Amino acid sequence: MTTAIFAFYLFATVLLVAAVMVISARNPVHSVLWLIVCFFNAAGLFLLLGAEFLAMLLVIVYVGAVAVLFLFVVMMLDIDFATLRSGTARYLPLGLAVAGVILAELLLATSGWVGGDGAGLATTLASAPEGMSNTQWIGSQLYTRYLFVFQAAGLVLLVSMIGAIVLTHRQRIGTKRQDISAQVARTPASAVHTAKPALGQGVEL
Amino acid sequence: MIGLEHYLAVSAALFVLGVLGIFLNRKNIIIILMSIELILLAVNINFVAFSAFLHQVHGQIFAMFVLTVAAGEAAIGLAILVIYFRNRGTIAVDDADMLKG
Repeated sequence: MTTAIFAFYLFATVLLVAAVMVISARNPVHSVLWLIVCFFNAAGLFLLLGAEFLAMLLVIVYVGAVAVLFLFVVMMLDIDFATLRSGTARYLPLGLAVAGVILAELLLATSGWVGGDGAGLATTLASAPEGMSNTQWIGSQLYTRYLFVFQAAGLVLLVSMIGAIVLTHRQRIGTKRQDISAQVARTPASAVHTAKPALGQGVEL
Repeated sequence: MIGLEHYLAVSAALFVLGVLGIFLNRKNIIIILMSIELILLAVNINFVAFSAFLHQVHGQIFAMFVLTVAAGEAAIGLAILVIYFRNRGTIAVDDADMLKG
């Protein structure tokens, strides 16, 4: 039990420190790397909560795909980050004020909140039903009750993929591309012609 | 004993850090996108914590959908960022006025 408590405070502390580093690092590459630390520690918190499938999903999808996507974009674009940081000091007081207000409200709401009569808030963690793993538990609901929502999520991913491709695709001017229909439509009449040049003269091509 | 309040407090702090990140990096849209990821991560922690303490799996399923939408949002956002940089040569978004809005 004490190990779980220690692990919670370790994961939570590292998560919040890494989040601070994400928003305050001078170099965006460092920001992305701290973001990866964030995701790993959030996955640790999910593990403590018994959500193993989501923890692994977080590591695979976020660390493996989204963070790498961020890294690619940060490294691909040649950006002068020093000028982008100007004005941070100007926004700091306002940002701290808004953040403080939101944090105070959220903490007051969560500490003063008690579950309603029907909420059935437990003090122990949930575990999957007898004979089921966490993954089976999720799947048993996801593929039955949430089937259409699941399909809609797939559509969201499809649309975002097509959108990203359409947005970033560009036709380069001046490059030679293979034109298959033109190649197929070529006939001997259009491709070959005979010439009979006079002596000492070249051939017009 | 770690209770629901502990997880809610962590998630609240993470959410606020995300909001603060948007304020502090008004010009750098890459950091803004990362801050949005932090906010969505805080939401996910809330969902999973409630799912665990309510003994129901629906919170975890909803967190999966949040994850899906966040991945799509990151992809589209970065694509827009790339074409914006291609057109303008900078990613300073505080003077983005090409749409004359």
